[in-house]
Amino acid sequence: MVAPTLDAQAAVNDFIYKLKRRQVEGSLVTARLTAVLLRQVISQQRLASSAPAATLIETVKSVGLRIIAANPIELTVGNVVRRVLHIIREEEASLELKSLADVNNTILSDDEESEDASSFSAAVVAAANRNVLRAPSLHNLLESLPSSVTATCNASSGGESECKSKSGEKNSKVWRLKHSVIEGINELLQEIDSYHAQVAEQALQHIHHNEVIMTCGRSHAVLQFLLEAKKKRTFEVFVAEGAPRYQGQTLAKELADANLQTTLIADAAVFALISRVNMVVVGAHAVMADGGVMVPVGLHMIALAARRHTIPFVVLAGLHKLCPQYPQNPYIFMNDMKSPSDIIDFSDISDCLDGGIGSPSLQTVNPTFDFVPPDLVSLLITDIGGHTPSYVYRIVAEYYSAEDFVLR
Amino acid sequence: MAVKKGGKAVDVADDETPVPLQAILLADSFAQKFRPITLERPKVLLPLINIPMIDYTLEWLASAGVEEVFVFCCAHAKQITDYLGNSSWQTQPNFKVVPIESHDCVSAGEALRLIDERNVVRGDFILVSGDTVSNMSLKEVLQEHKERRKSDKLAVMTIVVKRSHASPVTHQTRLGNDELLLVIDPLTKELLHYDDGLLNNPNKARQVAVDRSLYLNKPSICLCTDLQDCYIDICSPEVLLLFTDNFDYQHLRRDFVKGILSDEISGNKIFTYELHGEYASRIDNLRSYDSVSKDIIHRWTYPIVPDIRFAGNNVGLKIERCNVYRENGVMLPRSARIGPSSVLGQGTSVDENCVISNSVIGRNCVIGRNVTIEGSYLWDNVTIHDNVTIQSAVICDGCVVRAGARVEPGTVLSFHVVIGQNFSVPSYSKISLIAQPTEEDSSDEELEYVEATSVTTESPQKLLEGEQQLTDITGSSPQMERNPPTVAWKESEVGPSGAGFKWFMRDESQEEEWRYSVAPIPAEKIEEMRLREEQAGVDDFDQDAGAVAEEEEEELDSVKKKRDFEREAEETFRRLFLDGVPEANVILEVKALRLGFNVEGSDCAAACFKSIINLALEEPFTKDSELFIIAKRLFSKWKAILRNYLTTEDDQVEVLLKFEEICSEPAGKAFAPIFCPVLRVLYDQELIFEDAILSWASEKQDAEEGDKIFLRQCEAFIKWLEEASEEDDDDDDDDDA
Repeated sequence: MVAPTLDAQAAVNDFIYKLKRRQVEGSLVTARLTAVLLRQVISQQRLASSAPAATLIETVKSVGLRIIAANPIELTVGNVVRRVLHIIREEEASLELKSLADVNNTILSDDEESEDASSFSAAVVAAANRNVLRAPSLHNLLESLPSSVTATCNASSGGESECKSKSGEKNSKVWRLKHSVIEGINELLQEIDSYHAQVAEQALQHIHHNEVIMTCGRSHAVLQFLLEAKKKRTFEVFVAEGAPRYQGQTLAKELADANLQTTLIADAAVFALISRVNMVVVGAHAVMADGGVMVPVGLHMIALAARRHTIPFVVLAGLHKLCPQYPQNPYIFMNDMKSPSDIIDFSDISDCLDGGIGSPSLQTVNPTFDFVPPDLVSLLITDIGGHTPSYVYRIVAEYYSAEDFVLR
Repeated sequence: MAVKKGGKAVDVADDETPVPLQAILLADSFAQKFRPITLERPKVLLPLINIPMIDYTLEWLASAGVEEVFVFCCAHAKQITDYLGNSSWQTQPNFKVVPIESHDCVSAGEALRLIDERNVVRGDFILVSGDTVSNMSLKEVLQEHKERRKSDKLAVMTIVVKRSHASPVTHQTRLGNDELLLVIDPLTKELLHYDDGLLNNPNKARQVAVDRSLYLNKPSICLCTDLQDCYIDICSPEVLLLFTDNFDYQHLRRDFVKGILSDEISGNKIFTYELHGEYASRIDNLRSYDSVSKDIIHRWTYPIVPDIRFAGNNVGLKIERCNVYRENGVMLPRSARIGPSSVLGQGTSVDENCVISNSVIGRNCVIGRNVTIEGSYLWDNVTIHDNVTIQSAVICDGCVVRAGARVEPGTVLSFHVVIGQNFSVPSYSKISLIAQPTEEDSSDEELEYVEATSVTTESPQKLLEGEQQLTDITGSSPQMERNPPTVAWKESEVGPSGAGFKWFMRDESQEEEWRYSVAPIPAEKIEEMRLREEQAGVDDFDQDAGAVAEEEEEELDSVKKKRDFEREAEETFRRLFLDGVPEANVILEVKALRLGFNVEGSDCAAACFKSIINLALEEPFTKDSELFIIAKRLFSKWKAILRNYLTTEDDQVEVLLKFEEICSEPAGKAFAPIFCPVLRVLYDQELIFEDAILSWASEKQDAEEGDKIFLRQCEAFIKWLEEASEEDDDDDDDDDA
């Protein structure tokens, strides 16, 4: 097993303790920190000239498995790890492709037939794709050629400056791989950071004049989405408070501060008011491969209410929330059972906790998430546009490598 | 250690560097509530949901941002330091665990004096014991403490309290602690009075004397009985100095807190911090072991719960519906029913038709067929054979319970005990392979420490003795069945081919055993306590608050006194009847008793009557008529002495009522059919006059149907009496005319 360097090791341990102690919460923050950590691990990893990509994959996997185990419920950790692995595999493929192309070029240089060369290289692309056991996807076919070009461009442009500082690392192939992987992770970080803005940009397409929008709890994406729409449209928002954390109250205040007509309601009043609503917009904790979403608790009821009145149930989710897993008993295995103290203070019910033999007469259960099955989700809005739940498996295939779906 | 000290010296020299947050963890409770288990393993290493208790405390401290923890070990110090040395705490970033060993400390006070000598604590520190389970964030309380220190240098300590209602019936919190009375200034949160001795005497009045000086300068004070001390203290470095200065401070609360509060000259102050929404509890006894285990299973301590990995917990259980936690590698047949709130450890196998509910099963346990386990805690490597029933028990590592045995509520089986086939372990028994040290009881508070010392310091020797046996027994535990044990275990204590000594509790604690046991308080106990409380409550209602307690005591006393008197008096009469003690002596003696017990004359009559009846019952008889003849003979023989006490109508009525009572009791049932004839005899012998009988009859007229059996029996007789008296009246009238 390839071990990361000491520095990186300390950072990994620190992150693991934070995850275990639930001191890092929220999928966006977690995704960001995971990506930053993996970038650090990769940049400090020494690579042998033989099979550098395999070493890198091995390292990321071993670190990834540990941080996933630290908080298996925070699915974004696994997603980011898989994304990074995918980036490594992509870069490896494009490097291999390039070296093949180089070989081809040397062979074909005598013929001076550029058309032939290009057609041949297209065939090589396909071959290379199969070579690294990657499902030939639309995205791959369209993007791998230009991306490899840009990657090499980046590599060569940045290479000179870096080469001076790290004179020891002469092995350009290894170095180029590492560099382009880090570039890839930087892009991933950018994508994570810009996700709110990307999603919000689409708001105008979905929210129209004089509409009534309902949401529940507080999601930063929803806030941005509504504020973006507010710039051009006038509409009204119903905010359900989102027991037991009551973050809806915070959201309502924020919206009112932005001069948006807001009504705060109890969760229990959702069904009574939903007939007046044009659309329900909520933020997701995770999107499963079948298009179902993990959302804060209470939203399944709202989704059912929306279905009853045939109101669109729209879920906002960044690509980093996209999981390649299918939900297996999500209420138990993917749920976070928090302390009941959110619901009731311990001292208020401590009298009832000792009824008769063994079992207390009163139990309190405080799950964090609900699972909304795909048939109740009308639309998923991600940074790359709106999709129906049935399309999710396609996006998953675009952004993850099939061999990483199950990490071992 | 030397290197560390050098490092610290640098730190001290450089005042600019912020002092790391330090904590002192006392890995010894200086009590013996967990004996006999703690003779073999220190309390902080006992598993709580399969993880040693100390890991819960350390994990909480680490996640709350504490950087350096001094673990003070005393009893079994070696085991603790070994455990910490091999644990993952050593590799934790920004978290240092420094064990401090001592072998002769007998109290928390001495421990703190020793730490003060070492000179390792540099700033404010957190003082906890190694059995604290909490998820509170220390940020806020530290902030409050620091703010206060800025304005008031005398605020030396902040203690964390939590709201918790003591049961109104048992005056006990669910953690098994006694009700606590705190007097707090609601504005400044200053603690003014600390009283944990409310229940030392169950009969004692719940009276509180609040010193006038406490509220002289305060707009208001708050008396709280619904607060629970979490034993989490934020201390300034002065606390250690105070312990050193006052060398007689032993107990943190009994001596230190009370000492500070009563010491007006130095003016040191203690403040409280009330916990909201977060969890904190200390495992002080087996009852709190049970309660805290349940709280963890119900996730009040989130994120320190079994399914989230933390330092001591590197397995990671899976949570299923109804708070069932299961580690990997558990063998579970389809027919086994795992009830709510249960934990199954790794490598445990459960056989067909088992029912497990509200229980924690450790690792590598083997559980046979048709076993029922309810509300119990099984530690590692326990073997349970077929058809065993276990209720609310603690069963330590390596125990074997053979087929068909029953383990009743409240039992504690210490390490490697074997319970024989079909044996029933009675409630609240404690069994250990180590024999109970033969110590005289020591109810005195001071002596408790001494006893604790003897245990902590002598335990190595004692253990050695025990280990001799242990190696004999447990070393060969797999082949135990073939090799008969070298020590003779009593079959009456552990059953056939069992192994272990039964521990007997000291007299006074035996009675209170149910209070601190792992088993829930039995319903009849609660009922008993409730009745007592109700009686007190009724009196409360009638009387002034001040006199309540005395009244209550009197009420209870008078019932008891009456019973005692009756017994004494009957004895006295018996001596007269059987041994021929002179009549005059007996009358004198009864008179003395009457004065001594302060009872009515009618009680004497009743006692005398009852002893005659008893005498009659003792003689052999086969038919009612024979008994009647015996009774008639006895009454005529002793009528003189009985008449002595039957001077007034009230006495006579009392005797009648007593007679009725006797007849309805099982012992005196034989008299029931001949109630009326005996009454007739009494009337004929001029012991009881017709006025008394008639007033008894009229008194009974309004009674319930069930009470009227004897009245009905005598109806004819009473009618005759009435007619006779009327006739008399008629005669009188005639005479007048």
